[in-house]
Amino acid sequence: MNNFSLTQVDSAEEAVKTARLSTENNRYIAGGTNLIDLMKYRVENPDHLLDINRLNFSEISSLPDNGLRLGATVTNADTAYHQEVQKNYPLLAKAILSGASTQLRNMATDGGNLMQRTRCYYFYDTATPCNKREPGSGCSALEGFNRIHAILGASEKCIATHPSDMCVALAALDATVQVTGESGSRSIPILEFHRLPGDHPEKDTNLEPGELITAIDLPEKGFSQHFEYLKVRDRPSYAFALVSVAAALEIDGSTIKDIRVSLGGVAHKPWRLPEVEQQFIDQQATPQTFEAFAEKLIAGAKGYGDNDFKIKLAKKSIVRALLTALEK
Amino acid sequence: MEYKNYPETHEIELQLNGTSQKLTISPWTTLLDALREYFQLTGTKKGCDHGQCGACTVLVDGKAINSCLSLAMMQQGKKITTVEGLAQGENLHPVQQAFIEHDAFQCGYCTPGQICSTVGLLNMKKGNTPEEIRDLMSGNICRCGAYANIFKAVEEMVQKEVSGTP
Repeated sequence: MNNFSLTQVDSAEEAVKTARLSTENNRYIAGGTNLIDLMKYRVENPDHLLDINRLNFSEISSLPDNGLRLGATVTNADTAYHQEVQKNYPLLAKAILSGASTQLRNMATDGGNLMQRTRCYYFYDTATPCNKREPGSGCSALEGFNRIHAILGASEKCIATHPSDMCVALAALDATVQVTGESGSRSIPILEFHRLPGDHPEKDTNLEPGELITAIDLPEKGFSQHFEYLKVRDRPSYAFALVSVAAALEIDGSTIKDIRVSLGGVAHKPWRLPEVEQQFIDQQATPQTFEAFAEKLIAGAKGYGDNDFKIKLAKKSIVRALLTALEK
Repeated sequence: MEYKNYPETHEIELQLNGTSQKLTISPWTTLLDALREYFQLTGTKKGCDHGQCGACTVLVDGKAINSCLSLAMMQQGKKITTVEGLAQGENLHPVQQAFIEHDAFQCGYCTPGQICSTVGLLNMKKGNTPEEIRDLMSGNICRCGAYANIFKAVEEMVQKEVSGTP
């Protein structure tokens, strides 16, 4: 990797200030599992790293509204095995444990999980054009190998997908991301945190320069009864999703009282459409209803050749995940 | 690409296999490189160097991590254990003994990582089903394909509720 300097910061204020004032080419580092890897490939070449592990963001705590706050530097493993998460947010626990390996989950943090970059092969291969890595250079995946790429919300500039499992569950659970920056702190709803590529695929998120994630808040409602995280991939462990589905239901008798479905592996961000969900409230929870739901959630899906199979796979996976959630 | 010149190095202190060790390094030195190149602890192996193979697995505060994806500077104040730190003098750690008894290796390159991951698994008190053991050990690749015997060694340790630490 490239040479860089590193500061271990002791306060969020110092971190944010240093991030903006020293050089523009800074990165925060927590677990480092994705960043160090990208630096070894020379995809990321920061001049300066700010180690945020000494900040006080390393705990899981209850919120006054009965929600749960996940500190930004809590590891993915500690989150997934946490008693409250297992009990009230089993969807989140299952999603996290379906991702990466034991070693990586022991290092990777919750804040870092949000900041994961795509696993598009061309993004990693510095010998090929990639608009995300080098804006304006072109997209090699459009006409290249695109089996793992997006079928929803892509642009002619970029068809990369977001690789996280955790974020797919967070999207279904309506989590909120707490951030702090030069102009103060703010809350970002998870569905507004990541962005679609549009004309600026180099931007994965709506964070302002220098903004730092401090926590992820989960609302009280955890759908701990009817939930499923279904991950479809090439091998049953330690592989990224081709398609994943976070499904959550609230059922009264056989009537849908609430339905949340978020998809991974199909878009530049977790794919969820609350307006579609609204249309299915008070409908009967049947396979036919779920099939109609799936059609609407992936309406407009487009394949690029190698990934055409994902359209049918996504549809079937949505129905299967909802049926599994229903039967729980 | 041009390398920027950062002359500064940092003096760090690591808690390594039960002793405190000082080292002056550049920020970009990974824990894996520090172990192998500066402390001559070559039991920990460099395989892919990208967190995919698990050959570099060590224990940090009793948890298995990929030392190749961690900067040495960022591991100060934590208890680091490599495969060299598992035995008590001439007495092998029960996991090391189990790997011998089950013939759980062929070339041996992945073995230190497999053993550290097993110790980490025992510390987690997980692995109640064969599927869970396989899933939690999936971060360690064995290119000889000795998985069948590795699995038997791990399963025996889990079933006997062997204590994992250090």
